Amino acid sequence: MSAVTEETSVSGSTSGLSHVFKSGVDLTHGPILYLDDITVSFDGFKALNKLTLTVEAGELRCVIGPNGAGKTTMMDVITGKTRPDEGSAFFGQTIDLTRLTEPEIAHAGIGRKFQKPTVFENHSVFENLELAMKTDKRVWASVRARLGAEQLDRIRETLELIKLHGEADLLAGLLSHGQKQWLEIGMLLMQEPRLLLLDEPVAGMTDEETERTAELFKSLAGERSVVVVEHDMEFIDSIASVVTVLHEGAVLAEGTMDAVKNDERVIEVYLGR
Amino acid sequence: MKLEKLETRYIPRTEPLFSGVGWAALGAFALVTLVILPLLYLLPAPDSPLHISAYTITLAGKILCYCIVAMAMNLIWGYTGILSLGHGVFFALGGYAFGMYLMRQIGREGQYQSDLPDFMVFLDWKAFPWFWTGSEHFLWSALLVILIPGVLALVFGFFAFRSRIKGVYFSIITQAMTFAFMLLFFRNDTGFGGNNGFTDFKRVLGFPITAPSTRAVIFAITALALIGVVFLTRFLIRSKVGRILTAIRDSESRLMFSGYNPLGYKLFVWTLSAVLCGIAGALYVPQVGIINPSEMSPANSIEIAVWVAVGGRGTLIGPLLGAGVVNGAKSYFTQTFPEYWLFFLGLLFILVTLFMPRGVIGLVSAIRRERK
Repeated sequence: MSAVTEETSVSGSTSGLSHVFKSGVDLTHGPILYLDDITVSFDGFKALNKLTLTVEAGELRCVIGPNGAGKTTMMDVITGKTRPDEGSAFFGQTIDLTRLTEPEIAHAGIGRKFQKPTVFENHSVFENLELAMKTDKRVWASVRARLGAEQLDRIRETLELIKLHGEADLLAGLLSHGQKQWLEIGMLLMQEPRLLLLDEPVAGMTDEETERTAELFKSLAGERSVVVVEHDMEFIDSIASVVTVLHEGAVLAEGTMDAVKNDERVIEVYLGR
Repeated sequence: MKLEKLETRYIPRTEPLFSGVGWAALGAFALVTLVILPLLYLLPAPDSPLHISAYTITLAGKILCYCIVAMAMNLIWGYTGILSLGHGVFFALGGYAFGMYLMRQIGREGQYQSDLPDFMVFLDWKAFPWFWTGSEHFLWSALLVILIPGVLALVFGFFAFRSRIKGVYFSIITQAMTFAFMLLFFRNDTGFGGNNGFTDFKRVLGFPITAPSTRAVIFAITALALIGVVFLTRFLIRSKVGRILTAIRDSESRLMFSGYNPLGYKLFVWTLSAVLCGIAGALYVPQVGIINPSEMSPANSIEIAVWVAVGGRGTLIGPLLGAGVVNGAKSYFTQTFPEYWLFFLGLLFILVTLFMPRGVIGLVSAIRRERK
């Protein structure tokens, strides 16, 4: 893995950590995401129990696990929604995720798709992409914001990529479930993230849509890193290089799909004793 | 934003500031409030059928002030989804700030012929408290009208929004805030005239305050201010900020994970809304001739929310309609069946919430769609 650093401009940081942003995401040692010994408990229930996970730059990683394994909590920790009780979470070498707010983490380059498709339903598809677009997102910049030709082109490209160019003017609330999923993915891409977290991205999609989504994700990996949480085994089979199995808030197994499928402990968790 | 599909590129067609009908309506409103009503009040003889009484022009001016408040409430509640039940306090503070100037304009014509306002003489105070310094200057008072509600909103909003207080919890603490201010202003020691507040104004900028020409000018200024607020609201809502504000209302977490910090946007619109209320309050006091702590009573703030709900929140003219209709009904009811007004208001609120969640405007657009 070659040394990669990128200039990422981050605005409006109030945490006193702006110095860590100057070099952007530092990928000199390979991994883009380090989770180390993360513990999160809710009223004594340990949603995450010393979870340790590393995602390499450019990797496409799948995370599976039974209900309550801690998949969504893990995403909450990475995106700043939940603070871990213990452990550390780093984005690249230098960005401490446990000390940043959600918008700061989004600026640093992590995009998140929710389990339930979450788009701005009273805005048009076009406006959804416009709002998500990477730009200065402070108040005064937004008062004066006008779309330039370059930005229009970016929105158009994304509209075509997510096959919603015919619906650009439609309110997002009127889209089908699968289309909303695609719109949300499009919004993530407009943010130009280095790491995409996708929570059940193909739920509610037709087989054809699922297939196209798999193609899209495979094309994204490499340039960006992608972490997918999914239940659809067929889908995972079609995209995954490495699969991580979570169970009771910790990593149970990790490896290729075939290796994981034949792992004794995984079979036990999924099929019962 | 509307889009035009060309061969390869989508170009957002910027919506006009107002539609043709919108411009016509605004023009008509300006003509009526800036020219016709003031002239009908000033020119015809009092017994002429065309004459408008001082009572009517004052009532109309009062309702215009309420319309500004409703527009301000709509910015924070209708578009941004944050229900404030404390907007009465900003309105009253704007009124008090300007009322201090009006009190100083009385000069020595009070009951006790002192430089101090009557209530201070009555309390046996010998000098103005420090916070009355400079209140004899019009410009300083005008600045206070903006600064006091603005700074209060900024500080209150900063702590509330930073702690991510939302929904009903936010509404409750704003309600508590206005109640606390009411109790504070009821005290004589606070220095704002206790429960009597400020009244018996004589002059504004040297002009006699009850003279018809002064009344007509203040009325026209109020109408101008309202037109300004309509323009400002439309401008904001049409810009990207407007789309971000409605995004906060519809899905705040999506917005945060898209890299926006809602704190700045909320503070901006909340403070703007408070300042607009303060200006409305300052225009209200010289027309009505009194300001006292009852303006800060929790019920007043709730009533503001009712106007907006009745008219249709999140629409440009809904709040204007709501403030006009509810206050028109109020002045009719309180004269004809005074004891039933509160029942009527409560009933109205329940009916609107149950059957017209988008208010009068929502009803009208639903009927239009039916016809198509």
